[in-house]
Amino acid sequence: MGKEKMEKLLTLENLRTGDEGIIIKILGEGNFKKRLLEMGFIAGEKVKVEKYAPLKDPVEYMIKGYHVSLRHEEAAKILVEKV
Amino acid sequence: MKKVITVALAGNPNSGKTTIFNQLTGARQKVGNWPGVTVEKKEGKFFFNDYEIHLIDLPGIYSLSAYSIEEIVARDFILERKPDVVVDIVDASNLDRNLYLTVQLIELGVKLVLSLNMIDVAENRGYHINHNKLGELLGTPAIPTIGTKGDGLKELLEEIVKVKEGKESKLRSIPVPLGREIEEEILKVQQKIEKNSRLSKKYSPRWLSVKLLENDKDIIEKIRYSQYGDKILEQVEKSRNHIMSIYNEDPETIITEQRYGFIDGAVKESTHWTKKDRITLTDKIDKVLMNRILGFPIFFLFIWLLFQGTFTLGGPPMEWIASLVNWLSHIVEIHMAESLLKDLIIKGVLGGVGGVLIFLPNILLLFLGISILEDTGYMARAAFIMDRVMHAIGLHGKSFIPLIMGFGCNVPAILATRTLENKRDRILTILINPLMSCSARLPVYVLFAGAFFKKNAGNVIFSIYMIGIILAIIMGQIFKKTLFKGESAPFVMELPPYRVPTIKSTFIHMWERGSIYLKKMGGIILVFSIIIWFLGAFPTNGGISFKYKDELKKIDKVYENKIEEAKKLKSQKSTQIIKNLIKEKEEKKKAIEKKIKLYQKEHSYIGRIGKAIVPIIKPLGFNWQMGVALVTGFVAKEVVVSTLGVLFQAEEESLKNALAKSGMTPLVAYAFMVFVLIYIPCLATVVAIYKESSIYWALFTVSYTLVLAWIVSFLVYRVGYLFL
Ligand SMILES: Nc1nc2c(ncn2[C@@H]2O[C@H](COP(=O)(O)OP(=O)(O)OP(=O)(O)O)[C@@H](O)[C@H]2O)c(=O)[nH]1
Repeated sequence: MGKEKMEKLLTLENLRTGDEGIIIKILGEGNFKKRLLEMGFIAGEKVKVEKYAPLKDPVEYMIKGYHVSLRHEEAAKILVEKV
Repeated sequence: MKKVITVALAGNPNSGKTTIFNQLTGARQKVGNWPGVTVEKKEGKFFFNDYEIHLIDLPGIYSLSAYSIEEIVARDFILERKPDVVVDIVDASNLDRNLYLTVQLIELGVKLVLSLNMIDVAENRGYHINHNKLGELLGTPAIPTIGTKGDGLKELLEEIVKVKEGKESKLRSIPVPLGREIEEEILKVQQKIEKNSRLSKKYSPRWLSVKLLENDKDIIEKIRYSQYGDKILEQVEKSRNHIMSIYNEDPETIITEQRYGFIDGAVKESTHWTKKDRITLTDKIDKVLMNRILGFPIFFLFIWLLFQGTFTLGGPPMEWIASLVNWLSHIVEIHMAESLLKDLIIKGVLGGVGGVLIFLPNILLLFLGISILEDTGYMARAAFIMDRVMHAIGLHGKSFIPLIMGFGCNVPAILATRTLENKRDRILTILINPLMSCSARLPVYVLFAGAFFKKNAGNVIFSIYMIGIILAIIMGQIFKKTLFKGESAPFVMELPPYRVPTIKSTFIHMWERGSIYLKKMGGIILVFSIIIWFLGAFPTNGGISFKYKDELKKIDKVYENKIEEAKKLKSQKSTQIIKNLIKEKEEKKKAIEKKIKLYQKEHSYIGRIGKAIVPIIKPLGFNWQMGVALVTGFVAKEVVVSTLGVLFQAEEESLKNALAKSGMTPLVAYAFMVFVLIYIPCLATVVAIYKESSIYWALFTVSYTLVLAWIVSFLVYRVGYLFL
């Protein structure tokens, strides 16, 4: 992967309220990755940042028309491209 | 003879599974656990036309990938018990994600009927689903339903019968296409599996191949020791590497993407969307409830209401139960001659039954509240708000409610840990729950703080509560790092839309919890109560009690004579004198009865145990009376107070004085309060832990709390000694 392309890539953790991103890849492995995939976090899917919890963690996202919350440490493992 | 059809209900959490189950079976349901695990199992029976339908509610799951116990339970049931028909409850307003489970059920090759539930919600959002088309595309009949109203359930049942009888033409087992590359590898693995005829007869070879390529640990273990197991796994390894080299991604990711691709296609072809996405009611409610500033105050208001609703509203019914038991005891007292059996009935049986029933009001009220919180969808929000704080101490946002409820009573609090889906989180929350100081411990603190820290009593009691919380945090960390190390469960929590719960479901849920408690725990608690009564009543020392009985008789005689004489006086004063004499007599008798009780306590098995542990508790500054009190406190911690009352021959204010004068120092008193806070939770709590986790965790809790209580009290006593 070229350096320029790398710089454009963000993780879901970097997105702010109202931002939308397209999922590129889930980092990590095992059960964690499997669970995210099954919940619809697959490449090409659009995710929207709905809101942060009052204490900033976790964060509520909208994907495939439903709402789901992830902690920062988990959102940091999802590579996205901002739209 | 009616024909029997066994039907399993599968579906995502929050898809309305419980609602439909309740609609179909009504109150005729049996609730228990799946064998060996604490996952709830519900079964019900009912008749439909010429059929007797056995309905089994599978746990709510997102997938069939052996990721959690719930998924393993559901999968094993379908695979091993082979129900006639599986009904998949799908939330039609959240079709894509719900169909993921459907696709996996199709892969399993079961006879499937889809219930497109919440069709009303979907319509309101502007999703119009052509259910016939969707059914055709998926190869499984689909029936629109509204669980809360019961709409479509008759059609659903008719469809079940049709499928069972093999009369449904829509049901075709079309394999979900997973892409050319993957299909090729599936075929290769499948060929190896088919060599093992036993295996391929029992399970669908295609399904096994897919699972193996997905690196499903559970299936790999199943295959490993079967015939040709190593050959099969060798091929799997080769295929996985091959797929990896083509896609530069692991096969499970590719397969998941393919499944979602298939779903996408089917949904696009069968639904159309009219309205624009407007702001939903849920969004509006969330604006307030999840508000950055208002979120916490509202949350704490709800928790406060839940707590008060459980424990304050629960107070009067608990008193009714207590008076009912007292009344029954009184009747036995009057109508039975003095004997050991009478003692057993009053103290052992009635006392035990009272000890079981006393928890019921709290349990029912707490679960009424919890089921409202869950069914409305607020529970997930509560976890969302609290997760930051709870995660900092190694727990889950949903641990908060059970922990807070522990301050009222640990028994319902431990039952409330069922709201935690993840087993580790659940057990961790159970283990530290007893450190939340329940209300039964308060009388002990009040007694000791009142006797030794008159002015600072309030602060001292507060500090005890704080010690409990701090210890819970420390122990939580220790357990997390020792007992539960390794990969921690990801926090992927769905936030469902707000819904109005139905009264029926709420009350069924509440009643279920209450009846489970009575059935599963009541008996054990009762048996232990009787054993403890036995340990307190035996060995009886006939000699000594006869001696006292003689004394009682003597007193009666002496006063009888005195009263007779007073009557002879015939003066105006005589009635007054007689009154005084009677009073005197009663007091003397009472004093002797107290002595009998003291003797009994001291010389019973419990008293002996209490005395035997003196060497262990001596380093903490405790005397034998405290030892005996602690042993009796196992039934319920407030019993510590009444035992001390017997041992010091005093009550309330005079007990405080007696304690203060007994040579005990304030430091020892404080160490004792700390010990009472930490050591073994009461009998009912231990039974609750046993039933909600396992006997091992119950025994572990007993041991760790004992050791911890000793260490902390020792530190308090020794370190305090240096400073005071
Ligand atoms: N509008 C509407 N609401 C429904 C329907 N079916 C169920 N509900 C509501 O949806 C909520 C969740 O339903 P449950 O039956 O508890 O869902 P579940 O699948 O058993 O969920 P878990 O207990 O988490 O597994 C409740 O508040 C129900 O009243 C429906 O068809 N339409």
